[in-house]
Amino acid sequence: MATTVQPPEIKSPYAPGRPSGQDDGWGGIPPCTGDRVSLDDSSPASRTGVWVGLAAITMTFAAFTSAMVIRQGASNDWRHFSLPRLLFLDTLVLVASSIVLEIARKRFAAFDRGLQARRSVPLLWMSSVLVLGLVFLAGQYAAWMQLRAQGLYLATNPSSSFFYLFTGLHGLHIVGGLAGLTLVIWRLSKRVPTLRLSTVSTVSYYWHFMDLLWIYLLLLLWMRV
Amino acid sequence: MHGSSQQIVHHHAPPTGFIRKYVFSLDHKVIGEQYYALALVAVYIGLVLSWIMRIHLAWPNAAIPGLQFLSKTGAPGGLLTPEYYLQLMTMHGTIMVFFVLTTAPFAGFGNYFLPIQVGAEDMPFPHINMMSFWVTFVAFCVAVAAFFVPQGPPLSGWTAYAPLSALGAVAGPGQGTGQVLWAVSIGIFCIGQLLGSLNFISTTLDMRCKGMSLMRLPITVWAWFITSCIGLTAFAVLMPACILLILDHIAGTSFFIPSGLVVNDQLQPHAGGSTLLWQHLFWFFGHPEVYIAIVPAMGVVSHVLITSMRRPLLSHRVIIYSMIAIGFLSYMVYGHHMFLSGMNPFSSIAFSFPTLAITVPATIIVLIWIGSLYGSKLRINTASLFALGFISMFVSGGISGFFLAQPSIDIMLHATYFVVGHFHLVMAVAALFGIFAGTYFWFGKVTGRMMNETLGKIHFWVTFVGAYCIFMPFHYLGMAGNVRRYQAFVDDFMGPLMPVHKFITIAALITGAAQLVFLYNLIHSRFWGKPAPQNPWEGTSLEWTIPSPPPFDNFGGKIPVVYHDPYQYGIEASTGDFVMQDSPESINSVRDES
Repeated sequence: MATTVQPPEIKSPYAPGRPSGQDDGWGGIPPCTGDRVSLDDSSPASRTGVWVGLAAITMTFAAFTSAMVIRQGASNDWRHFSLPRLLFLDTLVLVASSIVLEIARKRFAAFDRGLQARRSVPLLWMSSVLVLGLVFLAGQYAAWMQLRAQGLYLATNPSSSFFYLFTGLHGLHIVGGLAGLTLVIWRLSKRVPTLRLSTVSTVSYYWHFMDLLWIYLLLLLWMRV
Repeated sequence: MHGSSQQIVHHHAPPTGFIRKYVFSLDHKVIGEQYYALALVAVYIGLVLSWIMRIHLAWPNAAIPGLQFLSKTGAPGGLLTPEYYLQLMTMHGTIMVFFVLTTAPFAGFGNYFLPIQVGAEDMPFPHINMMSFWVTFVAFCVAVAAFFVPQGPPLSGWTAYAPLSALGAVAGPGQGTGQVLWAVSIGIFCIGQLLGSLNFISTTLDMRCKGMSLMRLPITVWAWFITSCIGLTAFAVLMPACILLILDHIAGTSFFIPSGLVVNDQLQPHAGGSTLLWQHLFWFFGHPEVYIAIVPAMGVVSHVLITSMRRPLLSHRVIIYSMIAIGFLSYMVYGHHMFLSGMNPFSSIAFSFPTLAITVPATIIVLIWIGSLYGSKLRINTASLFALGFISMFVSGGISGFFLAQPSIDIMLHATYFVVGHFHLVMAVAALFGIFAGTYFWFGKVTGRMMNETLGKIHFWVTFVGAYCIFMPFHYLGMAGNVRRYQAFVDDFMGPLMPVHKFITIAALITGAAQLVFLYNLIHSRFWGKPAPQNPWEGTSLEWTIPSPPPFDNFGGKIPVVYHDPYQYGIEASTGDFVMQDSPESINSVRDES
């Protein structure tokens, strides 16, 4: 069997119209990027990277969840308490931020394609997401203060330990998302904007994931603590 | 370069200053070398620690000159206290498992060769890559810092079992600050490995050059890719465990400390924690960690053997599928570390079955190696010798795993030297042989100079014979009832086993000395070794298509196009009995599986 195989020119599902390498039958994973001219965030790698990162975050919170379930069943010292109502209001803020981010992404896509002349429009929407994110964090802090006023601290009970742990770690991840949004806003507001659509998409995947993660955590805490 | 290629623009310019070139470098090759250098420092620290432990076990009343400078209270007059023995043992395990066996074969070799072997000029996220190394470096510094805090490093072993590890200073020397430093170090280490895995996975999936289909990736790339996937899940679980442990120490929480615990006559102010929770979280990471160490070594050994025997393996696909199966099963077996932890006996059966099942893909891999070696004209060099040595160690250590996998037998052998002998052979020595094989094989490519083969063969034979002299008697000791983690056996029923301990210690000193030969060879060859040609072993994968050492952007401003499977040996081609992956030359072969 002759083995000199010229790489067949097939259409890549990720880059319509661009030739790609050999199809390897692995369900649409971009086979090769031999035709790329530069390595930057517009490559599929940024998409893969964010999904891989989110998988690791999922695993981390899954481990914490299993620890919570095991710890709760380990002894009878678990004391339930009511979640501050502020958390539910804060959830609405985070959901709203995701919606606003989608609008911002669409506005930026229009600007990127030249359909929208003024960059102040996407910039305004992006900044709104940043503000909503900060409001969410402030809300979480206020919820902590409410629990503190009730005498519930980190070490008071395993239920409060897990509450502070989950909300604190999620808050840290939100800070990471805010850093990403700041980068997006900075790149867009430069005299010559260097922002790429793929960067906005990557940050938005992360942000939406944090949104979903918070809803999951809220349900978990609501049912368990 | 053989084949046609395309011009590219590198995404970060060559560094000019010393700091950007050698310290905070974005170049995957420099980062790979940094990881390897870190592992090199770590392995010699670990080696010295093992020497101290072995000397103390053989001659418990002998003072070791100079040891008092490491710790005045732990080794007054050079004589180890029982607690300090355990502290050194903890650090030996921690340094070796995390900073050698994970760092060198995966992060070291992987960073250097994965992008080259897939035909990329770098990883997609060079800043994250740089961060992954420096985060790992900080983790190492934090771990070593435990030697220099007042009570010294922790004594709870590299597994840091709760509640001992969670109680604080009341549990013994080093269990306060030392244990917190340990947990912080491992937590940081997890972040470094997660960042590294992210780059490895993205590079493998998205940065392959034209023609490089998944089945055309060398086995090494597959091994690093599978290891990244394992690491991504395993380290993401160990990190939460470390966070919970730190909180138990510094915040007064009770995740791992049960109620009513009295330690050193003091009732502990904790309630309701689960000690088993730590074991579950730790071993969910801990067992996949074995494969994080061994799978990259399997890849390196396959790569070296194929080149040395001038023929591909019996099946490229089956060995890849077997490695994937090992990666998948590695999460389902962790409970075999906990047969005697008090968990439900039915759970033991549930964990025993996949433990035995995971030997099937491991055996398939070994059989493929042996079947491929049968009748081949193997080129004997230091790299191929270490690759053969790997198979020997892996099989020898693996066989004792069959016994330990069965709960009924594990009841007797648990926490004895049988277990210590088993995991040292199958995980530690085997993975080290993989690292050595890779070092002798790729040294010329990395440095532009060849290692000395005579010194290399001396290194191999002493290490090979020495490793068996050390670790085979461990199995005998274990069957004789010699428990592990004891600092002396003089005055009890294990006294008659002392001659065996002395023999092991002498073997350990000689084998350790052989590692100094390796170090000399490494340093001497780096500066005065014979200049390395571009393709000294007549290999076919892409790293052999570029100069030694490779240029900054790997392929000299171009990226290759691949036309062949990675291992086209034993054929008639214009270059000899092999054809490079990027050669457009037409060949006749029945072995091209893609």
